Formats: sequence, C-alpha cells, structure tokens
Amino acid sequence: MPEPLVVAMPSRHAVTEPWLLKPLPLYGELDAAGYADLGLMSGLEVHQQLLTERKLFCRCPAGRYSTEHHAEVLRHMRPTLSEMGEYDGTALMEFKTRKNIVYLLNNETVCTYEMDDAPPFEIDDQALDISFAIARLLGCNPVSEVHITRKQYLDGSIPTGFQRTAIVGTDGAIPFKGRTVRIRQISIEEDSCREVSDRGHLRHYRTDRLGMPLIETVTDPDMKTPWEVAEVGQLIRWLARVSGLVRTGPGAGRQDVNVSVTGGTRIEIKGVPSLRDIPRLVHNEALRQTSLVAIQRELQRRGVTGADLPERWHDVTPNVRGTEFRNVAKAVQKGATVLAVPLPGFDGLITAPTQPRTTMLKEFSDRIRVIACIDDLPNVACSTQDAHTFSGAEWDKIGGVCGVERHVPILVVWGRQEDAETAAREITIRAHDALAGVPSETRQALDDGTDGFERILPGADRMYPDTDLPPIGITDARLERIVAALPARPWERQARLEELGVGRDLAARLSIHPAYELFCDLEGEISGGLSAGTLASLLLDRSCPRPANRHAAGDWWHDVARRLARGELLPEGVYHAEDDPLEPLPEAEARERFAAALASVPEGPREGHIGEAFVMAHVMTDLRGRVAGRTVRDWVREAMASTRRPA
Amino acid sequence: MNEPTGTDHQQDFPGYRTPTLDLLVREDARVWSQATLHTDRGDFTGLILPRSETADADHVVLKLDTGYNIGVRADTVASITIHGRKQANYKIPEKAFPYDPEKPRVKLLGTGGTIASRLDYRTGAVIPAFSPGELYGSVPELADVCNLETDKLYGVFSENMGPEQWMGTAEAIAAEIEKGVAGIVVGHGTDTMHHTAAALTFMLQDLPVPVVMVGSQRSSDRPSSDAAINLINATRTAASSDIAEVMVCMFGPTSDEYGLLHRGTRVRKMHSSYRSTFRTLSDVPLAKVDAAKVTPIRQDYRKRRDAKTVTLKACFDDRVSLVYYYPAMKPDIIDSLVDNGYKGIIIAGTGLGHVNKPLYPALERARDAGVHVYMTVQTLWGYVQMYVYETGREIMGLGVVPAANMTPEVAYVKLGWALGQSHDRDEVRDLMLTPICGEITDREPHNGYLVMQGGLPEVDEFISEHWK
Repeated sequence: MPEPLVVAMPSRHAVTEPWLLKPLPLYGELDAAGYADLGLMSGLEVHQQLLTERKLFCRCPAGRYSTEHHAEVLRHMRPTLSEMGEYDGTALMEFKTRKNIVYLLNNETVCTYEMDDAPPFEIDDQALDISFAIARLLGCNPVSEVHITRKQYLDGSIPTGFQRTAIVGTDGAIPFKGRTVRIRQISIEEDSCREVSDRGHLRHYRTDRLGMPLIETVTDPDMKTPWEVAEVGQLIRWLARVSGLVRTGPGAGRQDVNVSVTGGTRIEIKGVPSLRDIPRLVHNEALRQTSLVAIQRELQRRGVTGADLPERWHDVTPNVRGTEFRNVAKAVQKGATVLAVPLPGFDGLITAPTQPRTTMLKEFSDRIRVIACIDDLPNVACSTQDAHTFSGAEWDKIGGVCGVERHVPILVVWGRQEDAETAAREITIRAHDALAGVPSETRQALDDGTDGFERILPGADRMYPDTDLPPIGITDARLERIVAALPARPWERQARLEELGVGRDLAARLSIHPAYELFCDLEGEISGGLSAGTLASLLLDRSCPRPANRHAAGDWWHDVARRLARGELLPEGVYHAEDDPLEPLPEAEARERFAAALASVPEGPREGHIGEAFVMAHVMTDLRGRVAGRTVRDWVREAMASTRRPA
Repeated sequence: MNEPTGTDHQQDFPGYRTPTLDLLVREDARVWSQATLHTDRGDFTGLILPRSETADADHVVLKLDTGYNIGVRADTVASITIHGRKQANYKIPEKAFPYDPEKPRVKLLGTGGTIASRLDYRTGAVIPAFSPGELYGSVPELADVCNLETDKLYGVFSENMGPEQWMGTAEAIAAEIEKGVAGIVVGHGTDTMHHTAAALTFMLQDLPVPVVMVGSQRSSDRPSSDAAINLINATRTAASSDIAEVMVCMFGPTSDEYGLLHRGTRVRKMHSSYRSTFRTLSDVPLAKVDAAKVTPIRQDYRKRRDAKTVTLKACFDDRVSLVYYYPAMKPDIIDSLVDNGYKGIIIAGTGLGHVNKPLYPALERARDAGVHVYMTVQTLWGYVQMYVYETGREIMGLGVVPAANMTPEVAYVKLGWALGQSHDRDEVRDLMLTPICGEITDREPHNGYLVMQGGLPEVDEFISEHWK
C-alpha cells in the first residue's frame, strides 16, 4: 500500500470566476451575439449510406437488417502503430478498457469478410461512382487515385479494429445564406456495427449494418450559431439526396458535430441521428467548454499545477467498512476495493455546473464508466458534493488516510481491484486535463440534449494505409462520365425555378424534391393557362391524383399540362380530381348548376366580403375544378348585387 | 539543375519512377516534403510519401493532415509549392525485456511471417520486426511467461521456406537445445507452416523440450490480430508444457478464446484466411492452450526430459515432386519428372489412392529408372488402401508404395528427407513407412474426421451455442 501522501496544504479557496458564479444560460436565451461572445465555432461530419446493391468490400446484400443471429464470435482489440510511427491516444484508452467484444452473426447478412476472417474484395464500383458524383456536387476537387486507408476503431464497432475509408475529394464549398460553407473533404467508408449492449467488460454488436457503403462529408468550422449547424446539415443531406443515390429513412444518415469555443478545443459529438437535436447539443457543449475554460482559469489563478495533484491513490477499503452509503456497502460486500484520490486546489470546482443538471463531477464519472468499465451509477463520490454518500465521520477518516484537510475535495471510487485502480488513475488524468482546459474527446449525444464522454478524440495517428488493396486510379473518362450524369445542385435548381417565375418558397421546396425532374420534362408545356408556379405547386401537391403505374406518369402529366396550357382544364380540376382531372363545364350547364347551387345556400351573411366568402364556399362545393373560381366569384357578385337592388 | 544520380533518387524519391519521378525532381519535391500540388483538379496539400514499388508510375502519394492518403496523377500537376519537411519515425516501441531468474528461458527463432511487423513503404507490405525489445514493446504479456531471447534466422515469407531453411532451422534448434533452453518457439508464415513442422519433426528426433511453431492469420499491424495471443500461447507452451514434440500453435476457434497444439506431422492449413485455419487431420490435437494453462487432449505424446540432447538428422534431397492427380492426366507429366532426374514422386491420388490407366506405362518407366513413387490421398482424411479395387492392385504392381495416412505434403517432406539419407529402395521404404512421430497412425478415431456441415439444424444449433 502506498504511503499516505503529504500534501502541502493550500489555504481554502473561494470561486471567483464570474461564469462559475451565475446560472448557465438556457437553450433559447442566447442570440447570435451571445454565441459570438463565447466564440462558438462548429462544423459537421455528415454520414449518409449509399444506395447500392451490395456492401462496400464484400458481396453481401446492402440494407438488410434483422434482430436474429445464428452465431457469435469473441474478439479483443490491441492498439497498433500508425504509419507515422505513433500510437493513437484513443487506441491506448480502448486497450485499457479490456473489453470482451462479441459479434452477433446472421447468415443472410454477413460473410467471412465482416467477421474479419477473409480479406476484402475489390471496392464496389457503384459506391465509388456515387461518392465521386456527390463530391462533385459539393464542389470538391476529385482525387486522381483513391487510397484505401485503415482508420483504427478499438471500441470493437468494427471487427478488424479499423474502418476501411478513402478520400474521394477535398476543398469544396456550398453557398449558405449569402456566404460560403467550406467542405474540407468527402470520403467513402464502410459503416460500423450496431451496438446491442455494453455492460461492464462485455459489449455486444450486431453485424448486419457493418460494411454498408457510406459517404462522410466534413465541413470546416464555419457555423457560428447552433441553428446554423442544423441548417447546413439539412443542406448537405438534401444535396446528396438530389442525386437519388443515397439511402433515406431511419439509420441511413447520422451526423457528427464538432464544437469549440474561445479557449476550448474541438469536441466531436458522435452519431447524432436527427438534425433537430443538433442546436440544443451545440448549445450545451458550448456551455460545457466555457465552464471548463473558466475552471482552468480559476485553477491558474489559484496557482494549482500538475505537481499539486497526487500521483497515487489511497486504498480506503478498511476505513469505509460498515458504511451506510449503500452502493459502496454492497460493492464492498462483494469484495470491491475502495480507492480515494484527493484533488487539492479544486475546492468548489468539482460541483461547478458544466451543463444543465450536470456538474464537473460527471466529467470524472463518465471517464470511470467508459474506461474502467464501472457502470453502476453513481460510480464516484465526492467529499464536497451535496448528496448522500459517506457520513461526515467517514469522510474525515478518508481525508485522514489521504492526508488532506476537509475542504479539499476527495473523489472515491469502488469496484474490482483492477477496475478501481484504472478508475483512480483516470481521476488523476482527468484532473491534469482540467489544468489544460478542455480535453480533446469524442462525446455521445444524450436524450436530454446534453452530451457525455465517449472516448479520447482520435487523431491522424490512427490512420494506416490498407495493405490488402491496391490504390485505384480514377481515369479522366470515368470522371467525365460521372460529371455528365450529375444533377443540378439545389441552389442552382432553385435559381432556375425562380427565373421561370416560381415563387421563392415553392422553388426551394421543388429544388430538393424528386418531382423536380418531372417539372423539367414538362417545362416545355408552360404557356397560356399553365404557369410555372401552377405546375410547381401541382407537382408538389400530395393530394394531386397520380396514375398507379409510375411508368405512365410522364404521359399522364404531359397530357394534363398540355390541356391546362390550352385552357381545356382548370388547375383546380387537377387538384381536386379523384382519378382523372375534372372536365370544365360548358358555360350553359355551368350557369344552370350555379343557379341551383345558389338556391340551396343556407341562411347566412349576404353582405360584403364575409357574405361573398360564405356564398362562394357553398356554391364551390359543387363547381370546384369544373368552373374557374374567378368566374364563379363574378357570378356571385352579380347575384348579390341583383338581390340588393329593389325589386 | 543537375540530374541527381540513381542513388540519390532512391534516397530522395523512394519508389518513384518516370514520369512522376521527373516531376518531383523538376519541382525538387522530395519524399517527406510538406507540399501543395497545384493540379487541374484543384490544389492538394499534404506530406509526400514514398511510393509502393508495385504501384504504377503515374501518381504522387500524399498524406493529408487528417491522416488520409491520396494519389495525385503527375500529369495533372502544374507546379508544387514546398512548405517544409516531416519524416516518419516508424518504430515499434522498444523496451528492454525484463529478466526474471524464476522464469524459464525460451528461445524465439524468427523465419519470417507477421508475428510482429511494420510497414514497408516501398512495397506497401508489412515486414517483420523481431527483437525481444520490440516484442516486449508490443506484447508485454510475454514477460509474465518466460525470459525471452530471440534470433532472426531468416526474413522470408513462408512460400520461400524450403529444404535449405528447414535444415538451417533444425540445426539452430539443436544448438539451442544443447545450450539448455526450456523450449523453442519458431515464428513462421502460415502458408507452409505444416511443411516446415513436418520437416523439423523428421530432422529433430528424441526432442527433450517443446518446439512450437507459431504465426498469425491477421498481421500484427491490425488491432484484431491473432498474433499476440498466438505468440503468448506458443511461448507458454514452450516454457511450461511437458510435450516435447514439434507442434503448431494457432487459434482453435476463430474467437479469441484458446489455441490448439497440433502435432507437426498431422497438421494442415485448411482455409485461406480463417484464424482457425490449422486442423489436425485424421486424429485429434495434442492439447488446448489459453491464458492460464496448457490442457492436454491426449496423453500419448513424447514427454519433456531433463536433457540437452537431440538427434539431428538435417538432410534433404530436393529431387522430389508432389503430383496432384486429375482425371485426364497424361503420362508425360510423370515422364517429364523422370526425364528431369527426379528421384522421388508423391502422388495425391483419388479416393483410396488411384490414378488412370494411361499413366501405368509411365509409372513402370519411373520404377525402372529407380524413382521412388508413393501414393497418398487427395481426400486428405483417411488411409490409402490399394487392395479394395483392382486399379489399386495394378498400380502397386507398378512399384507404387501406399503411404498409409500420411498427408500428401508430409509424405513429400518425408520422402525428400529419406532420400537425403539413402537411395536404396528398401531403406527408403523403411524410413518412409516407419512412423517417427504420428505421421502414420495405426488407427483413425471416429472424431478425427469432423467437417461439420452448416445448414443442418443440429449443427447450426451447436454453432449458435458456442463461440465459433
């Protein structure tokens, strides 16, 4: 057992940082200027599955998911060196967790490639073409030779321990609200496993999604407010969707959001499924970083350095035997070790808020959960926290073992000896990180809009060339073929539609709608009774009838458009038809039907606009789509004027 | 600018050839330069890496600052701006292997393979790294098992292992045994591990300590590699097991669960890529080995002795061929071997050991030329039995000797080894048919042949209940 550490006793500290003394601003309370004050910068990594027949590096069917499995394999991951001769920090962290990773295998959706018992097949050409098409849509420079790279993931989400990925384009740009959002790069990669469960040292993954082709679009940190991040995400997703080459629906798209503030660092929030969740997450992460920076300043002001932090932990298992702190009592009964780590200089900071309903203590708790695999919460107790943990007498005993005074925060962890030691080590590491401000991490999005530690942010050190596959040259001919088939970009489409006279909102909607191509086909018919705006709104109207046979749709619409242009049909007759468009009535019959309808209008207002609208509403039920609304209105006015005239 | 010499090119522009080399020389853009390439497909910025020698001559390899590599075609590059230089320092972290007087001495002999490896920029392939320090740096668990010493005998892929390397390895092992090591581990590529295992079994008789061959099916540059576990298992076996035979130690199931120790003469690589590729044929393995211990599956193995002696018979006549018979085979295949001076032929025949009638005259001619011809089965499992059908009897009449249940590869190695000692028909036959260590067995147990058929409900049920 280590000797009790004798710590030079700093005097009691009071928190003075203004940010730490006032409540955190709620989501919605900050405007663009408020975020500018924090120095918020945010970027996106948008992942979209490609619409291919097969997976990226094997011939398994793409997009088939089930919850059934037929076999399991067990694997462990060990870190390896990067091409530049470095170990990646994340890799070392994951190795510390010593997880047993079990893969669930379904005979229909995985082969020996996904289970890492066979080398890759050649890359799916369809997927590669799609990724280059999208790279060009985003204005990226296409690479001339694709190098498959291994990106290490030691969490087990990919059985090889790395993701096969490759850059297809760099340095693109998209217009956004009168400025430019830069696209750093676009890559093609294989999707990872779906996590089924993760308890203690055992993690289960389902392998059906593994190997699905994805593109990842990475922007520069050009977004300055939380809502801009979601808007740009939407733009990038639409952009890929206009190609008709990406999958849509649940699970087909995910975002990683990068956030930093002044004094903070780039934090990656991983796997956000819905764009709607993004603004709140960005807000809360900006708060967390601002709090951590304030804590760092506070520590600096107090003169706390790494030398003040303990190198070892203290075993306090004998000192807390018989405690009424239930979590610890239960664990100790099962043979757990209880370790204490004092954090001199951190007075008042462990309980400082970092996010809504969250304090600095969670920074420690998260690391302990993820790295030491102690996941029964609470998994850490703090001597200065306002919660029922150890008794005052017990904390005094623990403080005695640690050799610190009562005001010095002490963190206590409990678990299997090995895990408790890992946890204690992580506490020290995290405390050292606090001196540097915001540690580089990837974080997971939580349901309440806050985020939690996932792993150390991996860097370029985890990249390694894939020696299983040769580089793939992209010939000019191939690139030309891909570019020739490119659809127009949404903003180009929108500008064109507006030029044709389609209103701005309608143009924006149609520019990203599958019906856009049909609009282009029918464009030649615009004249006379058919305006561009009418055609656009007809195509976007979901209540519009559609021929059951999709192949006949073109002919059907051509016929309708032509008749609309010639005034043989009314737009309303197309909107309101149940099957084929309603034919307009000849004038005589129309007048007859109008007279009958007018006679049956019930008692009600007959004066002014209200009267006119009341009568219109009743007579139109019978005439809608068969007589132009304008004509009926004229007749109504006529009739109302005549009834007002004295007999 | 002066044209640099060829040596400079190799040093400054490794792997690059004309026309890309000309571009890089013109722009003085050496490998490890941080550079921006201005191309007609846009600008690309990154670190210029060496080019694999097997890749084409048209592209520059760039590492972007995100760690990704891309290729930029030389004829798209208008100019290059150089920003600086950063050379990779690729090194497996080396730490002195800790010495513990309580632990047994194990010698690791390297022949190649990917037990520990690093990337070779020129070929883009992985090359082995092998010092105890490097091994300790990447597999520190080894220090819990033994005091490890290493020697690199060869650095070749397993397909390049042959008689010369087999004899050299046998001699090196004998020398280590005389120095008193507790066990030997031989690192080896997996493709021909079973050939070498058989050769070492015949060349090193009356072993006093374990000789454990080990490799990996996933190279050690991958996080999911089986290399570390195999190496730990092999080292544990060499250090502490009482099985004094030549063994192959590789994964039992494909899961990271346990390894199997296979007798060197009954083992064969059975899948091109699975981790669990090695199988004992027509018998059961010697033992299971995991992180805790070696658990024997059978008892009839040669036991460890407290001795430093071994009978070394390192010899081989490589004028031996292995002929895999196919239905339309013509006699000229056999004739050409005889005409080219081959002294021994192993046939992998169909079924119980058969070839077609057109081969008969050629086999007769071979016998008359003094060529030793032995029959094995291409079914891999089971015995040659040439009495059952008339064909078999006729073939034996032509001087072809049935080689019982030796696998074709083991029979090939054994015939070369036997011919290295004698060319006398009877002596060779004695050497061939007297088992040295399990290459011929008296009986095949019922569970010596198990290739379970997927799709059958009972098999799938079994598979779903155990880690594969």
